[in-house]
Amino acid sequence: MKWLVEFFGSGIGKKLLMSLTGLFLIIFLVVHLVGNLQLLKSDGGEAFNIYARFMTSNPLIKTVSYGLYFFILLHAVLGLMIAWTNKKAKGGKYAVTASSPNTSWASKNMALLGTLILAFIFIHMGDFWWKMHNDQLPYVTYDDTMGPIKNLYARTAEAFANPVIVVGYVIGMIVLAFHLWHGFQSAFQTLGINHPKYSPLIKGAGKLYAILIPLAFAIIPVWFYLSQA
Amino acid sequence: MNLNSKIPSGPLASKWTQYKSSMPIVAPNNKRKLEVIVVGSGLAGAAAAASLGELGYAVKCFTFHDSPRRAHSIAAQGGINAAKNYANDGDSIHRLFYDTIKGGDYRAREANVHRLAECSVDIIDQCVAQGVPFAREYGGLLENRSFGGVQVSRTFYARGQTGQQLLIGAYQSLSRQIALGTVAMYNRHEMLDLVIVDGKARGIIARNLLTGELERHAAHTVVLATGGYGNVFYLSTNAMMCNVTAAWKSVRKGALMANPCFTQIHPTCIPVSGDYQSKLTLMSESLRNDGRVWVPKKAEDAAAIRTGIRKGSSIPEEDRDYFLERRYPAFGNLVPRDVASRAAKVECDKGHGVSPTGLAVYLDFSAAIERYGRSEANKQGLTDLKKEQIIALGEKVVSDKYGNLFEMYEKITGENPYKEPMKIYPAVHYTMGGLWVDYNLETNIPGLFALGECNFSDHGANRLGASALMQGLADGYFVIPYTLGTFLANEISTPKIKNDLPEFLEAEQKTRQLIDKLLSIKGNQSVESFHRRLGKIMWDNCGMSRTEEGLVKGRQMIRELRDEFYNDVFVPGDNNEYNPELEKAIRVADFLELGELMMLDALNRNESCGGHFREESSTPDGEAKRKDDEFAYVAAWAWDDNQPVLYKEPLVFENVELKTRSYK
Amino acid sequence: MNMKLNIKVWRQKDSKSQGGFETYQVNANEHMSFLEMLDVLNEDLVAQKKEPVAFEHDCREGICGTCSLVINGRPHGPNAGTTTCQLHMRFFKEGDTIVVEPYRAKAFPVLKDLVVDRSSFDRIIQAGGYISVNAGQAPDGNAIPIGKERASKAFEAAACIGCGACVAACPNGSAMLFTSAKVSHLGLLPQGEVEAERRVHDMVAQMDKEGFGMCSNVGACEAECPKEIKLDNIAYLNRAYYKSRFSGREA
Repeated sequence: MKWLVEFFGSGIGKKLLMSLTGLFLIIFLVVHLVGNLQLLKSDGGEAFNIYARFMTSNPLIKTVSYGLYFFILLHAVLGLMIAWTNKKAKGGKYAVTASSPNTSWASKNMALLGTLILAFIFIHMGDFWWKMHNDQLPYVTYDDTMGPIKNLYARTAEAFANPVIVVGYVIGMIVLAFHLWHGFQSAFQTLGINHPKYSPLIKGAGKLYAILIPLAFAIIPVWFYLSQA
Repeated sequence: MNLNSKIPSGPLASKWTQYKSSMPIVAPNNKRKLEVIVVGSGLAGAAAAASLGELGYAVKCFTFHDSPRRAHSIAAQGGINAAKNYANDGDSIHRLFYDTIKGGDYRAREANVHRLAECSVDIIDQCVAQGVPFAREYGGLLENRSFGGVQVSRTFYARGQTGQQLLIGAYQSLSRQIALGTVAMYNRHEMLDLVIVDGKARGIIARNLLTGELERHAAHTVVLATGGYGNVFYLSTNAMMCNVTAAWKSVRKGALMANPCFTQIHPTCIPVSGDYQSKLTLMSESLRNDGRVWVPKKAEDAAAIRTGIRKGSSIPEEDRDYFLERRYPAFGNLVPRDVASRAAKVECDKGHGVSPTGLAVYLDFSAAIERYGRSEANKQGLTDLKKEQIIALGEKVVSDKYGNLFEMYEKITGENPYKEPMKIYPAVHYTMGGLWVDYNLETNIPGLFALGECNFSDHGANRLGASALMQGLADGYFVIPYTLGTFLANEISTPKIKNDLPEFLEAEQKTRQLIDKLLSIKGNQSVESFHRRLGKIMWDNCGMSRTEEGLVKGRQMIRELRDEFYNDVFVPGDNNEYNPELEKAIRVADFLELGELMMLDALNRNESCGGHFREESSTPDGEAKRKDDEFAYVAAWAWDDNQPVLYKEPLVFENVELKTRSYK
Repeated sequence: MNMKLNIKVWRQKDSKSQGGFETYQVNANEHMSFLEMLDVLNEDLVAQKKEPVAFEHDCREGICGTCSLVINGRPHGPNAGTTTCQLHMRFFKEGDTIVVEPYRAKAFPVLKDLVVDRSSFDRIIQAGGYISVNAGQAPDGNAIPIGKERASKAFEAAACIGCGACVAACPNGSAMLFTSAKVSHLGLLPQGEVEAERRVHDMVAQMDKEGFGMCSNVGACEAECPKEIKLDNIAYLNRAYYKSRFSGREA
């Protein structure tokens, strides 16, 4: 197993972990968004709350969610470690900084963007996940067979009535968009996928993803805020 | 001194094979105990260090660069010749041998050249195995092209970067030996003296260019692969740091310098644009396949171009003088390098030059562009095209063939060579002369070997295109690994040479004195300014065309310049630091002596052959006149501050008939 | 056309000393190369009995890889596919202030002024950037056909001149473009495929050991490379490394 330890100790090995955890988180974002979009259903939150109950009670999903927490932490911690090593490897700064052509701002600021996203995740989880998991939510009953379930919808609606939270959320999504703008295609390059025919497709898809997913996430709080105002 | 060339007996074609199988060799267990110093890491040096390391010798390799990959072999563009006959066009080892002897104007040794032609075949195999990405055809086999002075396609190439690819191949092999520990690499170390113990070359004094420390390195034998000395002209296509110092220090220790006046002037270089210019850039010889060389017929047109009133493209066809096609109808623009260069000089001297300095002729692709455009239109079945459309098609074809060269030209000059004819002028490119060596590549100092451009042996008075790479690699991969054994086989019981022998201490002391002297002059003129002035004296008096009067005067001027140098040079900084000005000062000091010897050699050789043109020895229509009865010898000089001594090695031609080169 | 320029250049006595910027006035002209402009500056300094600015250069035709310099924040200056020695002054104008700095990377320590130590690149090659063939062992050059496309891809990777601009441009000081160019040059050829697994492992290990950073796919290396070596070489290296570690039998 020495070879495996050595592999993950190498620069490329660490980057592979970043790539794989990143891709996992990219998939997770879609799953999360599918759930969130149910907030927009005009059913008083029934679909959303049932979905939320399913996500917190299904044993398989629960297991996956522990993996998720681990991957988020791994991605973040490893990312910061890499940024630290890279900063040291650079040695010094140039007096004049000029951007090379075809390089994005995001690509050079992934650690900063990632740190902001991590902060967002903590606040976000404090707002919703913590309350859900620590029984701080009211209950609602839709159907006798299911019994009373936690009303996460009510908490969401309450939170999104607060302009500070809405603005914070939207900023968080903008940061996420920048992170994905580079991260999506970078993950493929790290995996070694670079092909004259397919890479333009991957890059295009990545940019589309980086705009559409955060945009869809951001629409929800804005819509809630406006519809409650 | 009797110069023994040690050419093996027997028929030409089997000399090398027979010699190889009968020469003394060193057993593997003894090789480990024998130390070899290789100075230089270009094609010859890196190849030699790598292959000697592979054989098991304990090698130390020195370069003044920060890495062995930087040597100037890297800049060779066109290609490397080899008698593979892959093109099935009648090539053979004998033909390559013959072309090289003839191209060198019958001033090279038959046996050496034949061996070179034999080794050429193995070089390609070796390089392919190393991963050199030569050009290939769609079928996956190696592609060839043709080069000046020959009638077959035998040039292997890797786009316009053949030298780079071959050097990287040798560098990789060298790196492998460094990793294996058989070669110890000394980067940023410059050889400043040769140490001779009991008549044999036993080590060098090297300066660590970062710290200035002088180091004494001892070995059983010393191999020099330190390149040519074209930079004696200041402006040349050589890299800025190319120098003669290692070879010259050996000359000062008794090695002979052979044919120092044989200099190759390459016809197609980008002309000088001003006094600040530091070096000249070569445009590949391949351009003369399609470019036509001309100057305006009328001197007033040329004057108008020089002042910028007119442009080359505005001179009508009938007012253009395609002087190569006019003077040499048979070969036209593809005459050998020496002939093309002189012809350009003649036109410029008559006042027909086209750059502000008056020293440039045109290399024009407009005819080729139109011709290719028409044939391309034909191929695509296009008719009724406007002239611009045909030209656009032609430019595309020309760009496919020469695109990178055109780009380089535009980068440097800021002019678009598709629209305006290129301006070119001859420049110093290669030096055929060098340390005298015998068939074993050993100089007259036992144990001192010289390889590649550093020696004089294979190109006679003129080198053919794509032959320099061939010689460097042949010497390094396939000659020295054998011939070094002829010396070392007698040294197996010689213990490790100690570097604190009195000879080492004395050489170190002398080198230190020289450095102290240069630093202590504290005069008023920069090293660069002396070098520039030396270059001008060399170019004016020992350049493309030489006269007795000029050479005598030139020699005197150099002596005066040397005195001035030692009285008034200013070398800033100290010895114990990274000091490029001091490095340059030492090199220029040696050039100041070499330059004098070149004048003397050119003066002695009162004939015209290859790159050496004496106006006194020419035909009424200005062509070169060789004098085989008087000068069919190698002029090997022993240096002496007052009067260098000439030794002659007669050249015997048993397998080729001496003919006058004619390209008319 | 003549032009007066202000050259703000990094001066540092040796690797142990602290460095700083000095500004000099230089009279240049548009036909000069950038290095010839520095020659003029140095001639001026020598005339004033001052120490000239140390910078490395040799072939001055864009192939040896000796010249370096970060000019106004860009390795080898503003033009694509150009080394410093091929950069000409017509791309600057009268009165410009040009900032000239040495390459910055931990694995390229500054030796003096603008000169850096790039021997780490040599050690990466020594770790495995070669094909193990001794002189005399080779079969005929045409014994193994190599497709034209593959040969040209190998050539394009082999065009690297080892100048280090990729490392200088990379915000992480990573040598992935350099290393990957050699790995793909040799790995793409049948002759080099034989020892590909060991080569890629050893070269990557050496690269990490030298203190180069990790690649975050910024692409500045590709943009600044004077020989326009492509990023797909890095993807190739990544693939080759995974293959070597996971499917190779050697631990």
